Amino acid sequence: MSLDIGLILAMDGIANGAIYVLVGLGIVLIFSVTRVVFVPFGDIAAFSALTLASLQMGRLPGTIWLVAVLAALATAVEAWSLTRRQEAWKIPRALLFYAALPLLPVGAAVLLAGRDLPVAVEIALALALVLPIAPLLDRIAFRPIADASVLILLIVAVALHFAVAGLGLLFFGPEGFRTEPLTSAIFEVGGMIVTAQVALMIAASVVFSLMLLLFFEHTVMGKALRATAVNRTGARLMGIRPARTGAIAFLLASALGGISGILIGPVTTLYYDSGFLIGLKAFVGAIIGGLVSYPMTALGALLIGMLESYASFWNSALKEVVVFSFLIPVLLWRSLAYGDAEEAHEEIDQ
Amino acid sequence: MRALSSRPALMAVAVAAAVVLPHVVGSFTVTLLNYIGIYALVALGLVLLTGIGGMTSFGQAAFVGIAAYTTAYHTAVMGGSPWTGLVLALALTGLVAAVLGGVTLRLGGHFLPLSTIAWGISIFFLFGNIEGLGRYNGITGVPPIELGPLSFAGTVPMYYLIATFLGLAMLLCANLLDSRQGRAVRSLRGGAVMVESLGVNTFRLRVQVFVLAALLAALSGWLYAHMSRFVSPAPFDLRPSIEYLLMALVGGAGHVVGAVIGATLVTLLKNSLQDVLPLVSSNASQLEIVVFAVLFVLLLQHARGGLVPFVLKRLPRRTPPPPAEAPPLRRRALPARGTPILRVEDAVKTFGGLTAVNHVSFDLFAGEILGLIGPNGAGKSTMFNLITGALRPSGGRILLDGRDITRLPQRAIARAGIARTFQHVKLRPTMTLLDNVLLGTYLRTRAGLFKGALRLDRAEEAQARAEAMRQLSRVGLGDNPYELAGNLPLGKQRILEVARALASDPAIVVLDEPAAGLRRLEKDALAGLLRALRAEGVTILLVEHDMQFVMGLVDRIVVMEFGSKLVEGMPVEVRVHPRVQEAYLGGVA
Repeated sequence: MSLDIGLILAMDGIANGAIYVLVGLGIVLIFSVTRVVFVPFGDIAAFSALTLASLQMGRLPGTIWLVAVLAALATAVEAWSLTRRQEAWKIPRALLFYAALPLLPVGAAVLLAGRDLPVAVEIALALALVLPIAPLLDRIAFRPIADASVLILLIVAVALHFAVAGLGLLFFGPEGFRTEPLTSAIFEVGGMIVTAQVALMIAASVVFSLMLLLFFEHTVMGKALRATAVNRTGARLMGIRPARTGAIAFLLASALGGISGILIGPVTTLYYDSGFLIGLKAFVGAIIGGLVSYPMTALGALLIGMLESYASFWNSALKEVVVFSFLIPVLLWRSLAYGDAEEAHEEIDQ
Repeated sequence: MRALSSRPALMAVAVAAAVVLPHVVGSFTVTLLNYIGIYALVALGLVLLTGIGGMTSFGQAAFVGIAAYTTAYHTAVMGGSPWTGLVLALALTGLVAAVLGGVTLRLGGHFLPLSTIAWGISIFFLFGNIEGLGRYNGITGVPPIELGPLSFAGTVPMYYLIATFLGLAMLLCANLLDSRQGRAVRSLRGGAVMVESLGVNTFRLRVQVFVLAALLAALSGWLYAHMSRFVSPAPFDLRPSIEYLLMALVGGAGHVVGAVIGATLVTLLKNSLQDVLPLVSSNASQLEIVVFAVLFVLLLQHARGGLVPFVLKRLPRRTPPPPAEAPPLRRRALPARGTPILRVEDAVKTFGGLTAVNHVSFDLFAGEILGLIGPNGAGKSTMFNLITGALRPSGGRILLDGRDITRLPQRAIARAGIARTFQHVKLRPTMTLLDNVLLGTYLRTRAGLFKGALRLDRAEEAQARAEAMRQLSRVGLGDNPYELAGNLPLGKQRILEVARALASDPAIVVLDEPAAGLRRLEKDALAGLLRALRAEGVTILLVEHDMQFVMGLVDRIVVMEFGSKLVEGMPVEVRVHPRVQEAYLGGVA
C-alpha cells in the first residue's frame, strides 16, 4: 500500500466514520435516556436515503405507507390505553400527536411528489418523512414496557428491526438506490484531492455533534434529558416526565438517523436492509464508549470507519468480519478496565 | 422443570408417545418432527441461558453453524467419521463460546446480546466467503450417521436419534437445575450481589451456562448437518437466532419442557405461514419475519412468562414431603466463647475527599451480640461493607480469627466465615423457602455441573437439604418449606435471610439494619430469634439505628458518629454517655 492509497483510504474511512459518529451518538442518546438499545436506528438512515432517491426520481416514496401504518398503530395503542385509564377525553390530543402531526409530511409528499422540486425541499421533505418513525415505534413497542429490564427492551428492539426491515421491503422494493450527489465539486488540500461530498459529510457530522452538545449543555430540555438519563425516579420527582423526554430522545435520534442517510445516500448504494449493518457498525463504536460516553463513541465510530476502509482494501468480502471481530479486543479491554465497575448488575424483574 | 422429572408416570407416557409417534403419522410429519427436535435442542440452551440465567444470545444460530460446518468439512471433505465430527464440533463450538463469554460476561447485561449479534453476522459472512467451505454454495455430500450396523439415513431412524438426544439433554438439564449449581444458576437473575455474598463465582457460572447453551446448539448443528446432508450459510444467519429465542420465550423460558413446546408452536406457525403468505404477497418470506417480529413484541409486552407457567398454574400442585434427615455437613471449628473472633484495626475509608470511616477499631468476641449504632451518615453502612468485602478499606486491617481478610474479595470473605443479610431483603421470590436456604449451603458443598446433571450428587444433596430444613426449623419457618419466598411478609423474609446465613455455617453473622421497616411484633420475634441464636453460641454483629431494638438485645455497643468511633461499652453505659445523648438528641440533654 503506497502512501497515496493510504491517504485516500483514510479520507474514505473518516467520511464513513463521520456517518457512524452521527448514528452512534443517536444510539447512545436513546440508550441513556430510555435504556432502549435502539437496533432499528440504521434502518431509519437507510429509509431517509431511499425516500430522497424516490423523490428525486419523481416517485411517491414508500415511507408514506410506513409512516401511515405506524401512525395508525400508535394512535390505536394510545387510544386504547387512554380508554382503559378512563381518560378518553384526552383522545383528541392523542389524535393530534400520533395521527395528524406524523401525517402532515405524508400529505405534503403526496402533493409534491412527481413535481420538479429544489434539492433543499426534497431533502427537507425526506427528513420530515422519517422524523416520526422512531417516536412512533417508541409509542407502539417500548412505552408499554418502559419499566422492563434492558435485556427485554433489547430483545424487543431486535424484533422490531426485523419488522421494520420487512415492511421496508414491502414499501421500497428490493432494488438498491443511490441519491444524486449533493455537490460534485472537487478541491485540493495539501496535494490530496478531496471531493466536496466527503468534506460535507465530515463537516455535517461535526456541526450536528456540536449542536447536540450545545443542546445538552445549554437548554432546559437538554438538561431534562440528561436528568432522566442519570435517574428516572429523581427526574420524575422534579416534574420531568420520562415518557416525554423519551419521545424527545427518539425524535432527536430520528433526525440524526435521517441526516446520516441523506449524507451517505450519494456515496453508497442503499437497499431496504442496508441500514442494519450501518447501525451495527455504529454500535461497535458506541460499545467502545461503553454506551455512555459521547466523546468516546465519536472516537470509536471514527476508528470503525477507518478500520472498515482499510479492511475493504485488503479484502472487501471480509470487511464486515474484520470490523465485527474488532469487538473482541474492545470488549476484552473494557472488561479488564471497567469490569469491576460494571459488575453491579441491575436487579432484573422476575 | 421438576414438573416433568418428579412425575414418573407423565414421563413414561411422554416416552411411549415419542416411540409410537412416527408409526402413526405420515412421513412429512416425521420430517417436521425432526426439525422440531433439532430446533428444540437450541431452544433448550436458550431456556437455560435466557429464561433461567437471565442472559441473552442472538448468536445461537452461529453456534449451530460452526458445529454443522465442522462436521460437514470433517466428513464430506476430509472423509472422517461423523462421530469424530461430533467431538470436533462440540470442542470448537465450546471453545469459541468460552472466549466470547469470557470477554463479554464481566460487562453489563446488554453487552452479550449486542456482541452476539455482531458475531453471528461475521460468522455468516465468513462461511460465505471461504473457498474451502464452498462459499455461499456450501458443502454437499455430508454422509449419514452410522452406529455399527445401524444407519441413520432414513427419516424415521433419524427421528429416533434426535428424540434420544433431545430426551437425554432435557433430562440432564432438569437434573442440573435441581442441583447445587443449578440453584445458583436460577438465582443469577435478580442481581449478582447476593449470589456473590454466598460464595458463588457468578462470572464463571455465567460463562459455564453460556458454553452449555452453545454445546446444545452444537449438538443440534451436528444432527442438522447429517440429516440434511448439506450445509450452506443461510440457516446460520441472525434471523434464525431470533426464531430460536422466540421458541424459548413462547414455551416459557423458565422451563425445560418449554423448549419443546416453543419449538413445536413456532415451527408449525412457520409452516402454515409459508402456506398462507404467498397468497397475500410476492415477498412472503419477508412478511413471515414481520409476523414473527410482531408476535415476539406482543409476547414480551403481554405474556413474558410464556405458556408453560400459564398451564402449570392451573395444574394441582403436589407438595413433596419435607427433606429427610441425613448425616450433617462438616462444621467449622469455632474459637472458644469470649475470645476475640473479629478484629477491626484502625479502619479508614475515604471516597475522594470525604472520610466515611475514620480510624475505627473494635473487637467482636465469640458468642456475643455486638451492636454498631449511630445516627444517619455516621459511617455504619460503610463499616459494614468493609467487613463483608463489598468495599475495600483505604487503610487499616480487618482480622477474622487471626487471619487478615482486609483485601479479600466478597466471595473469599464468605468462605472465611462471614455471613450477611441485606437491609433491602435479597431473596429469590419465585424460589421456595427451602431452595433459598439451600443457596446458603453453597460453600459447604462441592458438586459441579456434571455431577449435578448426572445425579452423582445425591448423597451430598440429601445432606444439604437436611441442613437447610434444620435451619428453617431453627428460625421457626419449618412448617411450609415449599412455600415461595415471595409470599412471606417482610418480617419473615428477614428471618429467612437469617436462616440462609446460618446454613453457611458462619463464624459470625452480620446483620444490616434488620429491624428496618418491621412492625413492632415482627421486631420482637426477630429479637427473640437473635437471643436464642446467641444462647446456641452464634456470634452476631448488628448494624442498626433503631436504638430501642438494640438496647434490650445486645451485649455491647459501638457508637459511631461522623465516621469516627464515639464510645464503646455496655448498653447501660452508652445510654447515659453525654456525647451519645448529644449525638442523638442534639445536645438538649
